[in-house]
Amino acid sequence: MITDYSKLGLKIGLEIHQQLNTKAKLFCECKPLYFKEEPELTFLRRLRPTQSELGQIDPAAYFEFQKGLMLRYETNTTSTCLVEMDEEPPHSLNKEAVEISLTAAIMMNAKPVDEIHIMRKTVIDGSNTTGFQRTCVIAMNGWIKNGDKIVQIQHASLEEDAARKTGKEKNGKIINYRLDRLGIPLIEVATAPVIYSPKEAQEVALILGQILRDTGKAMRGLGTIRQDLNISLTNGALIEIKGVQELDLISVVLEYEIKRQINLIKISEELKKQNLKTNSLTKNFVEVTDIFTKTNCKLIKKSLQKKQKVFAVKLEGFAGYLKRELMPNFRLGSELADRARYWGRVGGIFHTDEMPAYDITTEDINVLKDKVKASNHDAIVFVADSPENAKDALDAVVDRAKEAIIGVPEETRKATLNGLSSYMRPRPGAARMYPETDIPPLLITKNFLNKIKANLPEPAEKKIIRLIKENNINKKLATQILNSDYCTLFEFIVKNNKVNPTTVAVFLTETIKALKRDAIKVEKVSDKQITHIFKGLSEKKLTKEAIEDIFIWFSKNDSDNLIEALTSLELKMYSNKEIINIIDEVIAKNIKNKEELGKKSFRMLMGIIMSKVRGKADPSLISKIIRERINE
Amino acid sequence: MTQKTNSGYQGKVLDIIKNAGCKVGDIILVEKEDRIYEGTLIPRSEYSDNTHIVIKLKNGYNLGIRITLETKIKKIGQGIKPSFTVPPLPKQNPNLPKVVILSTGGTIASRVDYRTGAVRSALSASDLYGVVPELSDIAQVQTEIVFGIYSENITQTHWSELAKRIDEHINQGVDGVVVAHGTDTMAYTAAALSFSLQNLPVPVIIVGAQRSSDRPSSDAAMNLLGAVQIAGKAPFAEVAIAMHQNLSDNIIAINRGVKVRKCHTSRRDTFKPVNTSPLARIVNGKTTMLTKNYSKRDPTKKTVLKPNFSKKVVLVKFYPGFNPKIINYHIENGVKGIIIEGTGLGHVSKYCFETIKTAIENKIVVGLASQCIWGRVNMNVYDTGRDLLKMGVIPLEDMFPETALVKLMWVLGQTNQIEEAKKMLKTNISGEFSQRTLPVEIYKQGDFKDDN
Repeated sequence: MITDYSKLGLKIGLEIHQQLNTKAKLFCECKPLYFKEEPELTFLRRLRPTQSELGQIDPAAYFEFQKGLMLRYETNTTSTCLVEMDEEPPHSLNKEAVEISLTAAIMMNAKPVDEIHIMRKTVIDGSNTTGFQRTCVIAMNGWIKNGDKIVQIQHASLEEDAARKTGKEKNGKIINYRLDRLGIPLIEVATAPVIYSPKEAQEVALILGQILRDTGKAMRGLGTIRQDLNISLTNGALIEIKGVQELDLISVVLEYEIKRQINLIKISEELKKQNLKTNSLTKNFVEVTDIFTKTNCKLIKKSLQKKQKVFAVKLEGFAGYLKRELMPNFRLGSELADRARYWGRVGGIFHTDEMPAYDITTEDINVLKDKVKASNHDAIVFVADSPENAKDALDAVVDRAKEAIIGVPEETRKATLNGLSSYMRPRPGAARMYPETDIPPLLITKNFLNKIKANLPEPAEKKIIRLIKENNINKKLATQILNSDYCTLFEFIVKNNKVNPTTVAVFLTETIKALKRDAIKVEKVSDKQITHIFKGLSEKKLTKEAIEDIFIWFSKNDSDNLIEALTSLELKMYSNKEIINIIDEVIAKNIKNKEELGKKSFRMLMGIIMSKVRGKADPSLISKIIRERINE
Repeated sequence: MTQKTNSGYQGKVLDIIKNAGCKVGDIILVEKEDRIYEGTLIPRSEYSDNTHIVIKLKNGYNLGIRITLETKIKKIGQGIKPSFTVPPLPKQNPNLPKVVILSTGGTIASRVDYRTGAVRSALSASDLYGVVPELSDIAQVQTEIVFGIYSENITQTHWSELAKRIDEHINQGVDGVVVAHGTDTMAYTAAALSFSLQNLPVPVIIVGAQRSSDRPSSDAAMNLLGAVQIAGKAPFAEVAIAMHQNLSDNIIAINRGVKVRKCHTSRRDTFKPVNTSPLARIVNGKTTMLTKNYSKRDPTKKTVLKPNFSKKVVLVKFYPGFNPKIINYHIENGVKGIIIEGTGLGHVSKYCFETIKTAIENKIVVGLASQCIWGRVNMNVYDTGRDLLKMGVIPLEDMFPETALVKLMWVLGQTNQIEEAKKMLKTNISGEFSQRTLPVEIYKQGDFKDDN
């Protein structure tokens, strides 16, 4: 682990996107809900880069447009209307979303703008049916405190979430997007690049996330909060890493990225020492299909059966560098492969640094070396796909290799679930924005602001004192529940049900955390389902012991019905009559005469009965009945 | 033009801007209470209030700042003037058909200036090629701006002017004409051109867009490409509208000018054929004729230009509680023709009969079309219909009210003789009547077949 980040010139800025749990989407009355079923209607579109963007647009998107890339949008009637389909102008800006985001912004000491102007930010990868994302600044120049340090907030914006990618068709010629997510309100909070270590970044993210949750309107679950990280090193590059979905991953992603950049800088220095120049790499793609006609390599075999070809390119002086590790299990070769997949739509690449492997023999490689005239100092990259895809892939590979000589290329990367990151697209130029003329500007009146200021949520430090006092829980537990996603729900449950607050708090923090570690999809369990469980507990429909099982059942089933869960888990509570019957049966079976039924037998009877009814009967009731029988 | 109309700023705010020595496009610093903003001063919509200025921040966002007595504005730099060099005209392929694109207003193609947020229309041929480069693969394009008005401002005068310009271009030997037009009144213009340009040697295709052309998702480019392709190569020679057939970007429907209507306020597939099927369709770039019954392309034919339209024709919609004095008003105003939009098979309430009789006695041509839009009027089924027929009201078959209106305007532009006018109104001139009513789809919701 690196400890002295200042020597590296490390600077980090955070951008947090949080979905808001509003009644409707940002620009229409559709509910902000996802759907899992087959779409009721799909349609095909193309997005045409508008002219002044040429040269500035996402080059991959333009490239794809020229090749006839199409987008298939999937919709259903509960989640989508003509607005998301770009078949009707947007309705006015959702006031509830404005109110929530202004609340959060004010809590971050940001200054609301006088008049909100909605902008169109051009995005032509297909994730927005219009070809742009609607976004607006709602407040600027705020700050939060992390310990003694003040972290500046550049701006808070409100924007529509994008459609979500669901797949590809026709060899990548059609990309599928689902429109349910499009239009869900997102608040975006951006800090200044004044964070100097991965740990600090994680702390700041925690504070910002806490403020957003304090509004009581933050959506919960995987994908509802997404952190983008902007990171730069003095000798490295400015890298934007998008979509870190878990708070705990922020420091991991940053550590790995720093490592990646340091390793890339090292490689660049070594390559330069060898006197390699970018123009020593040429885009001379050689068809080598005949070397592999009898190969045992399954991947290549499969391609050749589809009448595809194998193309190769020589990377002069690169032998040994492609296997250099940049991050755990991620090599320079992986970087090349990422580019090839992105620009060439291929499944992956082969390179000589990993050979022999995949049933490709040393002899094959020797023939290959001859054919592309490579020496032992050179690496060879080869691809099996359609000639068009294979050449695009190798083209991208050579471009990336050239960048390796120069240093670290600026790019946008995507965080993966294990804390690593992969190439996403080139860094976009300056944001291309123009006004959304379909919606008039929204005036933020003093009255509106005063109303928001008068109703600000309780700040965290006050809330924790109240949580301890009102619920008689310890400080550790109160802190845990406050920092969790479930604080609002916790207060709702204990206020409306006769349940022990400690039981609820422990379950919502420690138990859920443990279940998550056991790969239970805890984010699938809704507030409503959790409320049902504790209501059931207070109404004695279930016992404390059964909570976990019911929760797990809810995570796997869509039903909201507690009785269904209990029945399905065979956890339905015994009625008093049934319990009495069971107790009498056990007594009859185990106790020979009245004399034996004494205080000494209580423990034994209790043990036998509890093993039969655990989770389906209240132990205190059972002990009461046994005592009655003993005393009879 | 004055500064006011240029910038949208007026009154005190304009004074403050002027006193600070600033103008739209300058980089300014605004200090207000505890806030400081830096950005480019940009124009304000004239419909907005008079107390805010709008600036564009460095990151591209716009926001409005309320100007108070304490607000200080300072110019700190010169904005960059947007510069755009029109790309050179690509080499024209002499083997491709010659198509002229006439524009009437609005923007079939445009580009966005992200520094100011302005949307500029691309109207010249080289501009168009720049925005829709694929055009150079399908035609040699020439362009002309006929007018620059919104489609709701188009009148009979414009139809006449447009018909004359089209006739001139055809006489100069183009292989097809494309008219770029706003969609709101596009179908009226299509009907007008269908009557005023007869015996056409080449197609006249009207085209527009339901999503503005500045957005990447605009339907404009695909519609335009379809229209140019049809104008240059299609085997028919009629006036038609070329627009999206469904929600997808893969099919263009070509509908006959007298039988097409705007049926949705915002969808791409707003234009639907009424009481007929489309004339042709382009699927993934390939044109298919959908009927054998069309007038053929034939360069040896000579257009018969009849560009006059009467302005003394009105459309009156009957509805429950309708006041017949409305018809009296028109009679007193000296109209020469009335199209009544009746209910169902072609009816109006008996209490209107007197005024209708008066109209006919005043030598006004009275035609009746149905507000059902789809279907044919039949005034023999009920008494009311028979009474109206007896008075001399002309049933207009399966012609929907808007086409009926345009036709009567055109008829009364050709003749003052009432009997002649009635005869012309009943004669099928450009396919506005069909003899058979076929079970065509009225409006197929979710028609999105996209993999043909």
